[in-house]
Amino acid sequence: MRPTRGHLAWLITALTLWALLPPAAHAAWEPTKPIELVIPAGTGGGADQMARLIAGIAEKHKLSPRPIIVVNKAGGAGAEGFLYVKGKKGDAHTIIITLSNLFTTPLHTGVPFSWKDLTPITRMALDQFILWVNAETPYKTAKEYLAAVKEKGGTMKMAGTGSAQEDQIITILLEQSQGVKFIYVPFKGGGEVCVNLVGNHVDSTVNNPIECVSHWKAGRVRPLAVFDTARIPDADWKDIPTIKEAIGADINYLMLRGIFGTPDMPKEAVEWYQGFLKKVYDSPEFKEYLSRGALKPSWLTGSDYVSWLQGAEQLHKDLMTKGGLLKK
Amino acid sequence: MGFENLLLGFQVALQPHNLMVAVVGIALGTVIGVLPGLGGANGVAILLPLTFTMPPTSAIILLTSLYWGALFGGAITSILFNIPGEPWSVATTFDGFPMARRGEGGQALTAAFTSSFVGALFSVVLITLFAPLLAEVALKFGPPEFFAIQLLTFSSFIGLGGGNPIKSLVSILLGFILASVGLDIVTGALRLTFGVTELMKGFDFIVAVIGLFGIGEILLTMEEGLSFKGASARINPRVVWETWKTLPRYWRTFVRGSMIGFWMGFKPGGATPASFMSYAFAKRFSRHPERFGKGEIEGVVAPETAAHAAGVAAILPMITLGIPGSPTAAVMLGGLIIWGLQPGPMLFKERPDFVWGLIASMYTGNVIGVVMVLLFVPIFAAILRIPFGMLTPLIVAVCAIGAYSVHSSMIDIWYMLGFGVIGYVFKKLDYPLAPLVLALVLGDLAENALRQSLIMSQGSLLIFLNRPISGAITAVALFFFFLPALSLGRRRLKAPPAPAASHPDHTP
Repeated sequence: MRPTRGHLAWLITALTLWALLPPAAHAAWEPTKPIELVIPAGTGGGADQMARLIAGIAEKHKLSPRPIIVVNKAGGAGAEGFLYVKGKKGDAHTIIITLSNLFTTPLHTGVPFSWKDLTPITRMALDQFILWVNAETPYKTAKEYLAAVKEKGGTMKMAGTGSAQEDQIITILLEQSQGVKFIYVPFKGGGEVCVNLVGNHVDSTVNNPIECVSHWKAGRVRPLAVFDTARIPDADWKDIPTIKEAIGADINYLMLRGIFGTPDMPKEAVEWYQGFLKKVYDSPEFKEYLSRGALKPSWLTGSDYVSWLQGAEQLHKDLMTKGGLLKK
Repeated sequence: MGFENLLLGFQVALQPHNLMVAVVGIALGTVIGVLPGLGGANGVAILLPLTFTMPPTSAIILLTSLYWGALFGGAITSILFNIPGEPWSVATTFDGFPMARRGEGGQALTAAFTSSFVGALFSVVLITLFAPLLAEVALKFGPPEFFAIQLLTFSSFIGLGGGNPIKSLVSILLGFILASVGLDIVTGALRLTFGVTELMKGFDFIVAVIGLFGIGEILLTMEEGLSFKGASARINPRVVWETWKTLPRYWRTFVRGSMIGFWMGFKPGGATPASFMSYAFAKRFSRHPERFGKGEIEGVVAPETAAHAAGVAAILPMITLGIPGSPTAAVMLGGLIIWGLQPGPMLFKERPDFVWGLIASMYTGNVIGVVMVLLFVPIFAAILRIPFGMLTPLIVAVCAIGAYSVHSSMIDIWYMLGFGVIGYVFKKLDYPLAPLVLALVLGDLAENALRQSLIMSQGSLLIFLNRPISGAITAVALFFFFLPALSLGRRRLKAPPAPAASHPDHTP
């Protein structure tokens, strides 16, 4: 049937009305092309794992109308990734997962970048730190170990990930509070750090739980203390004392696992990502991941998140000033 | 080991849908291996989210098959176009490409694929028999041992001599300088960036190699009048069979390559140094070292055997220690965690079906892989019949895509073109490229291991000698380093001073 004039007029009216509709009324923003999820770290690490988990959960539960493309930009201790996202002002299809290098990299290298350049979306989790020694050593408590470190007069080796990053910060805090000295040996990744402990090439580490858990279960390493104000509640971990219980010192450090958007990301897009990430956060897979790695579930958005970030940045500035790690 | 465990594994790996998954993985992996820069690690990362809906064993079979495919595929562009698809294929270009130019592309490809298969099989058998024991050996390797290995790689390769030693030195120093650009992991400071943020991430090895070899070669060929002798290649489906008849004579190279590859591979970052070291030893022990670099089939067999043996062995520390032996293994490691498995020493006890299914699939995957790629040898070789004028834009495009995909950044394409010019100038002035590449790929690893060791020993070099493993390796490395001087001295003693014409070989 050929369209009559009446049909055509009706069609034009309908199209005009459709075009005149207010563009996507509240929170109706949806991604219209693939979302790029940037990781300012290498493949295989903690941030990488979480980013790929998010992409996988989104795929499995069909949480996003467009796929999520995970991209590693690890150069310059993550600065490559941060500068890349900083340069995509207003882009609604690029997000970044962050770790502590969000604060430490600009402070130590002087790269022109701050978290304030980005749009905070949400905090997903906080990662714990534990003091580990090799299981063959006689040290059963942090007290015994630190006494030995003191006695050996600065010849005990502490291994950690990277330089002037979270592991070294904790090491310096420990040194300053206990009046001891370690030889700090930096490695490229947490897995490598723990294996060097198992192989007895170093004396202790401050690995994240997930990096050492398997070697612990195999009886090769021993956890001495958690660097947090409370014990880890999961059944496997609850017997490990806090650092305060162990040596009476307040050395608490948690690492951010959060998501940020591009500078000036549209408000509707931020809301969509928050809704999307909440669904990921509530999925059984994500819960299981947090519990297995002893990560602290820490959902936080909006102005609470921003003020937490301000506090965290100040904390890093203080810690790094105390440790002499700021860019000179 | 437990023979029944392996049987259990084969029951899993031989299930029809797992076999099908392996075929799909290898086909995809070969394509990914052909595209320089895309690499196994990226391929595995892209497919990872798709594996969520699969049982873990099928998922790991898909990802490892993709990895085997990439290992096979890396040789294709190295041989046909002088563009290494993967870092461990660089040494394959030294003799593979001259063979292709002579019209023997089919033979070179057959030799490469067959060697890969032999190397892989060797490693899988060792993993089957000794996996837990080998994990213990790997633990004995700390920073001093790693540095000793890097030293051995350098000295086995550099000690080969040939060409002008000053030119080799310039080349290797340039490589070290380029390797040190970017963030210094030990101090966390930026080096040689001159305040330019783009330089912060340093020069990626793959981008450099695509430029130096691929683009450099194209510039050279263009100057030589756009002629590409590979076009005369005889395409004969029986080429595979005929090449096989000649291969058994290199059994020593196969054995040596497999052993070097396996030994290097089960520690992180092993495949690339293994391929270089295997090539160097093959040349050193050959009766015709002068033929190397000009299209000697043994020069293809040696690096490919070692690279694939190392690639397979890299899976071992991932499942036994939870540390990745290669970037690809690092992504798979993330996969294990997402599938709900905890990599590390407990995996053998907690999930024997998974571990032994994976090991059994290494056998099935590599058998399927070698059959698939060998079937396509005549077709791959036929690519060279395409007129050079049509092929070149295609190669340049593939190179650019490859360089871009390393970090998804445009600057890498400019770096690639810059390295292309360097490659061209080096060839024109007769500077060897291999030392530069070796320094660029190993400089970073060697420097980290050296400095970590010296931090541990508080500055004393004795740490490399008074630990048994690193002491032994260092001694061997020093022996090879001084070997040219020693043999020269002996010759001087034996014979009256002769004109120094004893360097017929050409640095690859």
